Amino acid sequence: MFRYYLGLGLYSLRRNPALTALMIVLIGAGVASSMITFAALRAITADPLPAKSAQLFVPQIDNFGPVNGTPDGEPPLMLSYIDTMALLRAHRAEREAALYPVRFSLVPAEVTHAPFTVQGYAVTGDTFAMFGVPFLYGSDWSKKDDTEGSNALVISRRLNEKIFDGVNSIGRTVRLDDHDYRVVGVANDWNPQPRFYANADIHDVSEVGEAPDFFLPFARAVNQQMTSRWGNFCPADDYSKDSDWPAMLQSECVWISFWVQLPTAAVVQRYREFLDGYAAEQQRVGRFHWAPNNRLHNLLPWLDYVHAVPEETHVSFLLALGLQLVCLVNTIGLLLAKFMRRRGEIGVRRALGASRRAIYAQFLTEAGMIGVVGGALGLPLTIFGVSSMGSFFEPRVARLVHVDVSLLGLTLLTAIVATVIAALYPTWRAAQVQPAWQLKAN
Amino acid sequence: MSIRPIFAALRKHKLAAGLLALEIAVACAILCNAVFLIRDRLAQMQVNTGIAENELVWFSADGTSGDAATPIVERNLAALKGLAEVKAVAVVKSLPLSNNDMNFNATMDAAGKVSTPNMQMLIGTSGYLQTLGLKLVAGHDFSADDYAGIDAWQPQSSSMMVTRALADRLWPGKSALGQGFYVDKKRYQVIGVVDHLVRGELRGIASEYVALCAARPSENLSSLYVLRVDPAARDRLVREGSDMLIRLNPDMLISQQGTYGELRSSYFASDRALAWLLGVICVALLVVTALGIAGLASFWVAQRRRQIGIRRAMGATRGDILRYFQIENFLIVSFGIALGMLLAYVLNVTLMKFYELPILPLYYLPIGAVVLWLLGQLAVLGPALRAAAVPPVVATRSV
Repeated sequence: MFRYYLGLGLYSLRRNPALTALMIVLIGAGVASSMITFAALRAITADPLPAKSAQLFVPQIDNFGPVNGTPDGEPPLMLSYIDTMALLRAHRAEREAALYPVRFSLVPAEVTHAPFTVQGYAVTGDTFAMFGVPFLYGSDWSKKDDTEGSNALVISRRLNEKIFDGVNSIGRTVRLDDHDYRVVGVANDWNPQPRFYANADIHDVSEVGEAPDFFLPFARAVNQQMTSRWGNFCPADDYSKDSDWPAMLQSECVWISFWVQLPTAAVVQRYREFLDGYAAEQQRVGRFHWAPNNRLHNLLPWLDYVHAVPEETHVSFLLALGLQLVCLVNTIGLLLAKFMRRRGEIGVRRALGASRRAIYAQFLTEAGMIGVVGGALGLPLTIFGVSSMGSFFEPRVARLVHVDVSLLGLTLLTAIVATVIAALYPTWRAAQVQPAWQLKAN
Repeated sequence: MSIRPIFAALRKHKLAAGLLALEIAVACAILCNAVFLIRDRLAQMQVNTGIAENELVWFSADGTSGDAATPIVERNLAALKGLAEVKAVAVVKSLPLSNNDMNFNATMDAAGKVSTPNMQMLIGTSGYLQTLGLKLVAGHDFSADDYAGIDAWQPQSSSMMVTRALADRLWPGKSALGQGFYVDKKRYQVIGVVDHLVRGELRGIASEYVALCAARPSENLSSLYVLRVDPAARDRLVREGSDMLIRLNPDMLISQQGTYGELRSSYFASDRALAWLLGVICVALLVVTALGIAGLASFWVAQRRRQIGIRRAMGATRGDILRYFQIENFLIVSFGIALGMLLAYVLNVTLMKFYELPILPLYYLPIGAVVLWLLGQLAVLGPALRAAAVPPVVATRSV
């Protein structure tokens, strides 16, 4: 029977080629517009670390106070060195990561090569296990390297290919600025997007893109007085300490991203209490002149909190959905007109014994055919739109967006489902046709 | 011609007409908001930075460290100045719209009780006002003595300039000259007022809150070279300038370089992208709406061929038939617009949740209405003409 309906549908669609083409274009354009913007939204709101995100939290401690802080009373996004060290010493979380970005010029061993800039992070030892950084060669550095701040270095696969032609480079030396580092590990591709761990600068264009070139021990970077690429954020009283390193370490300037791994809700609650206790203690000893004002965000809420998703992405998705809605309403109108014009035909079929169900099946099949062809038109439109997204979306979003099978499948599915939904009412009307009345009228 | 029969006919097609009106309503809501967003973005992109934009070329390097920084940077500046068609050169702390600025809060009194709004501090080397092309509206330029050292990040010289916007904010109704504020107990005094200068990033009304100070090149002021050049020679000087810097300083890393136009254009990349995207959506929407109207109208015309024939046979002119379809379309579109105005506000409020956006100005609604009326009339014209061409003889034939 289905094949018969396909035949009937094909015949009917061919009888009005212009109208059929119009509906196909509407479906195709509508579904493509929403799929293109959906691809952007999906890319940018994807969980950067699906396996771990549920357990990763950012503690924030208000060490600025109501006078120096932001008008909305939110604590700084990063921690001061004092608080970082206190939290690391207390060690109340399963794992803790303190990190900040640094930049060097890398001087290649061959004198013929010009030095080039490399960007990476100074991190504490837990970071690798906590963020699930995979290793191609070697591993992370030892506990001793971590506490003493040795010259151990983990480099990215890309950097390893660039300076060591991709061979196992464990034990080799890399010269960064004026110091030699020994490679202890080569990280395999690890580049979660957006860079959630870049607390200060998730919006920054420079924080999206290639994987970090290297990681070095946090203690090393501090001992060597390496400044953060983000700069420091200091309350007004501490402006003068900004460029005096020892004074800066003792100041309230914030510059360190701090992350903790908390496996269960109970542990999260305990950590919250610990933070409040810590802040209350700081208030008691006179460092804070205000009540504890802490935050502990989980990774995904954190991305919301720092507005990691450019608002453009939401707005364009919403408006594209509107466009698809218009296309659908349009399709409903056209289908209604088309189906109602065939009252006579319906009347004859019903009089010859076709049930209402059969009418439903026939007309929904016809609509489904339009949906399939419309979706097929939507596919190249979607592919074209996504690949030319660089000119529509800003580069940082465009770089993340790609076409994959699931997107194409969704395009086709949306087109068919949307068309069938659009056809429901016209089909219902068609099924209501009274055969006797139609036969008499003709 | 009376509207009543048209209403009567429309009542027979309640649903199809209703759907068309709904479609117009959604289109109206989206169009108004999208155009509003586009204009909001375009307005931001028109911002006057206050500098001689089309004459500037810049190089952002890793900076020079140590005490030798002053002579090295001065030598670099002299060499850059020597290039053909270079009018002036300087090293500055940041450029407008470079997404990079040094922000601070000062206090209006020595005791530190009354604080200022957040401001940007721009520091530059000798002659940087001319290099950037800033316009003084009061006071005088820095003297040679003002180009002194920098402690931490604070210039030693106490002379500073402010933008007019900042002067109006800090000392409303008074002359800013001779006024001052304190940073960490040190007083800075205003010696001049600059017409316009935008910060490293736009911040609404605070976009031009900039204090300008002077300093000689040093470790803390050695990485951003700016050249004011003949506009025709910009691209050449980007190449020649970086070649010159690398030749003089083989270890120097120039991370970014270009004309100021490129910098400005990359600052607005996301705004431009959004404007384009919304523009495409608007055009698609107009086309889809027009196609929908034309499609449905054609269908109705085909459906009513017999009635049209009868009307024509009974004396209706071609003009009557044409006007019938035009008025019918006008009525449907009008219903749609009425509903669309409501929807436009609902969408506006929804968008405001995501977006820092003012409320939709009322005058968008009549403009949107006119556009949709015109679109409707244009779309219905083809089918209506075809209807008008139906000969009266059709009435005598059976369907």
